[in-house]
Amino acid sequence: MTGDASAAAASPDAHDRESPDVHEQRAFGFWLYLMSDAIIFALLFATYAVMVANTAGGPAGKTLFSLPNAFAETLLLLFSSLTFGLATIAAKSANRAGVLAWLLVTFALGLGFLGLEIREFSGLVQAGAGPDRSGFLSAFFTLVGTHGLHVTFGLIWILIMTGQVVIKGLSVPVTSRLLRLGLFWHFLDIVWIGIFSFVYLPGGL
Amino acid sequence: MHPSTTASKHGLKLYLTGFALALTLTAIPFALVAMGLLPKVPTLIVIAVAAVIQVLVHLRYFLHLDLSTTPRETILAIVFAAVLIFIMVGGSIWIMFVLQQRLLV
Amino acid sequence: MLGNLTIDALPFYSWVAISGAVITVGGALAVMGGITWFGLWRILWREWLTSVDHKRIGIMYVTLALIMLVRGFVDAIMMRGQQAVALNSDGYLPPGHFDQIFSSHGTIMIFFMAMPFMTGLLNIIVPQQIGSRDVAFPFMNSVSLWLTTAGAGLVMISLVVGRFSTAGWTAYPPYSGIEYSPGVGVDYWIWAVLISGFGSTMTGINFVVTIIMRRARGMTLMRMPLFTWTALCTSILMIFAFPALTVACALLGLDRMLGMHFFTNDAGGNMMNYINLLWIWGHPEVYILILPAFGIFSEVAATFSGKPLFGYKSLVYATVAIAFLSFTVWLHHFFTMGSSANVNTFFGIATMIIAVPTGVKVFDWLFTMYRGRIRFHPSMMWTIGFIVTFVIGGMTGVLLALPPADYLMHNTTFLVAHFHNMIIPGVLFGYLAGYMYWFPKALGFTLNERWGRRSFWCWLIGFYLAFMPLYALGFMGMPRRMEHYSVAEWQPYLIVAALGACLVLLGIACLIIQLVVSASEWQEARDDSGDPWNGRTLEWLTSSPPAPYNFAVLPEVGDIDAFFDMKRRGAAYQRPARYQDITMPRNTGAGPILGGLAFALGFAGVWHIWWLVIASALGMWAAIIFRASNDDAEFRLPAGEVEKIENQRFEALAKASRTETENPAPYSTQPLPESPT
Repeated sequence: MTGDASAAAASPDAHDRESPDVHEQRAFGFWLYLMSDAIIFALLFATYAVMVANTAGGPAGKTLFSLPNAFAETLLLLFSSLTFGLATIAAKSANRAGVLAWLLVTFALGLGFLGLEIREFSGLVQAGAGPDRSGFLSAFFTLVGTHGLHVTFGLIWILIMTGQVVIKGLSVPVTSRLLRLGLFWHFLDIVWIGIFSFVYLPGGL
Repeated sequence: MHPSTTASKHGLKLYLTGFALALTLTAIPFALVAMGLLPKVPTLIVIAVAAVIQVLVHLRYFLHLDLSTTPRETILAIVFAAVLIFIMVGGSIWIMFVLQQRLLV
Repeated sequence: MLGNLTIDALPFYSWVAISGAVITVGGALAVMGGITWFGLWRILWREWLTSVDHKRIGIMYVTLALIMLVRGFVDAIMMRGQQAVALNSDGYLPPGHFDQIFSSHGTIMIFFMAMPFMTGLLNIIVPQQIGSRDVAFPFMNSVSLWLTTAGAGLVMISLVVGRFSTAGWTAYPPYSGIEYSPGVGVDYWIWAVLISGFGSTMTGINFVVTIIMRRARGMTLMRMPLFTWTALCTSILMIFAFPALTVACALLGLDRMLGMHFFTNDAGGNMMNYINLLWIWGHPEVYILILPAFGIFSEVAATFSGKPLFGYKSLVYATVAIAFLSFTVWLHHFFTMGSSANVNTFFGIATMIIAVPTGVKVFDWLFTMYRGRIRFHPSMMWTIGFIVTFVIGGMTGVLLALPPADYLMHNTTFLVAHFHNMIIPGVLFGYLAGYMYWFPKALGFTLNERWGRRSFWCWLIGFYLAFMPLYALGFMGMPRRMEHYSVAEWQPYLIVAALGACLVLLGIACLIIQLVVSASEWQEARDDSGDPWNGRTLEWLTSSPPAPYNFAVLPEVGDIDAFFDMKRRGAAYQRPARYQDITMPRNTGAGPILGGLAFALGFAGVWHIWWLVIASALGMWAAIIFRASNDDAEFRLPAGEVEKIENQRFEALAKASRTETENPAPYSTQPLPESPT
């Protein structure tokens, strides 16, 4: 077995699992993080289900939720998923301008989503239906608000990636970060499917 | 990363298909609720089923998950998470609803 | 400017509190003074605090754990002392104190002793056992360490500024809500647990990716050492269980800070939901703690019996089964809280089922020892002590798994005895066994065995004296967490229990003495070969302590018990013709800085110092963004350097075999002859 080690000297990365599947490791690690986040959201959903009837004499979903608003938010997020997909295609084709353009469109759509959500929340608070009004409202604000907070972090990340693409170009590390941001962004859209399906739509029934 | 127009065309088709499917699966439940076309329980069932299908659409067309190309460990992680979510959410709802019946909590 | 922080936060309300604060502050000042006196700040910062080397991070984790073991034990002996004397009397601890003490005892022992101890051992050993140079995410590893330390810091500073929680280590509402616990104690608890919880989740992610994707060539899953298997399962549990704790604590925090109604008495709160969420985390948590201990016992039993592990496959399947089942039993922590018979039965049966794979493991360990050539190294003694004592605790667990029986014993000292019977002989003996087993690997010299044995006996006998009476007391009806009582029949048992605590104190003293004595004799106890026990797994292939890169040439694995197989084939200790450059991650201050900012964030959150909350949050963001944009986080160690380090290693090996032939050590470096299996 003594000869083996020197054979490895020629191409350090050929044999070892050691090296540049760094990006595969990061992708897998990021998936694991997303799964832990999925559990957080699942438990927030469970909490909402348990508390949806705890309105404590205050307003319930029927009075508070605006279906058109929820639909608009859904469309904004769904379109932003598409535009991020277009950014991803551009990245894989090494098309820097395309990446920047689609990233900024995605950012605008995401910002629009957040704007609608902030408007909805402040309206509720002003109408005396803030998260401190009842258990139901605490659960609603926390579930939807946690999603909104994640979207905010996603938007900040989009800005950072825009900066990185401008400064460093579509290098391997930058592209792999973009792909992970894509995972994050699509994951948030999936959580939103849960939100409109199990919060807004049943609330409107 | 391989710059290739055929690859990007293929990718574009995937995203557009996914988008169209997702849009449809969104419009149906929203329309049902907005227009009150079905009674409550069937509406809820349609909403739930549409949601599950749309999640799968997202996983396939946006997240590019499929059984042949996605690494095995990623699939396992997702399946395991799904099982645990079922146990945790299902278990919690069972426990808390039984408690509510018994204790009016 | 300083939120709710005023001079009243200082602990002048009682002499006990003042003593605690003085010792804490004094201890911290003494340590910092010592470092300054010996001029060690530079080295400490450059070589240790900013390190992203998993071995150093592991050593720092274990150090934190041992310090917190002493801190948590002080709580324990104070409680035992109080209960021994408080018959029809107030004892020496007023109720508010006693409540803080049992709360901090549990919180510290679980979050800041057991978790860091385990994480530390995982860190030092797992990458070596799988034949890798590092974990998958070295920087994230450093962040995990410093977040955990920040959490520990928050608990420690609660001794000096403000008070700690009186709501127990699980902080059940409504008592833990703002209405009934208006002070800062529960807030300290929430922030400490949340911050260190993020660290644990990240550790879980790190080790799953490491174990799945960085194993040496030839090391299939079914050739991994048992400790690595348990590390994998524990890491999976960490990823999937900690989110539940995050949710429970965050919702409690929202109730307290923003007036929400998740768990309040009024306005639609649902207090049982907290308990439900908490134990969805809490049950997997205890398996997070015990599985690596089981892994250690597997390694130790095989090595010190001189035989391969019996029933490797069954041990693996049992571990995986336990990991999965741990998510299906959580309601057994609250059988008595109103569930229907159906619900209780489901979870009761699941709880009894989960005991079975552990039973399988016990038999596997016994059969590993059977017909082996047993060497009574202290680690082996911890193992044997564990097997006997843990089984008793396991049996009481199966008893508690019956809901009707649990109705009688829930929240009595029977329960307290049961879970300590699991954690002390199980978790703690396991980690101490691992500590004594792997100490030479980590630091380069063996621990004094005489003091190790003394520590073991004090702990073992002390444990029995301290906790067996509690089983009896539980049957006699004594509830847990009692600050004083009026039933005279209980006192003799409590006095015996206090004696047991004194013996455990001696056991801890022996551990400290062991460390001091070993350090003073380190030259004689140096481990030149890297393989002081004739080990079977790959961590014994490296030098003691290992080179920064662990392996100059990554090993090729041919069989289970990879290192033993290599020794047998004569394939261990190969010198390659040429060495390679090795890419290594750079040290970085971002880890400790993030930890410091997290501490500031937590402290500011507790005292409502809003400007500081925002500033530290922004600071953490900036540090993360800065680090995440850094593409130059590695450096190349030139082949010439590697060669120098490796030459020293081979010189030491040669010296070891020379001393071997002159002076055969009790633990030969030559492989033992094949034993009949």
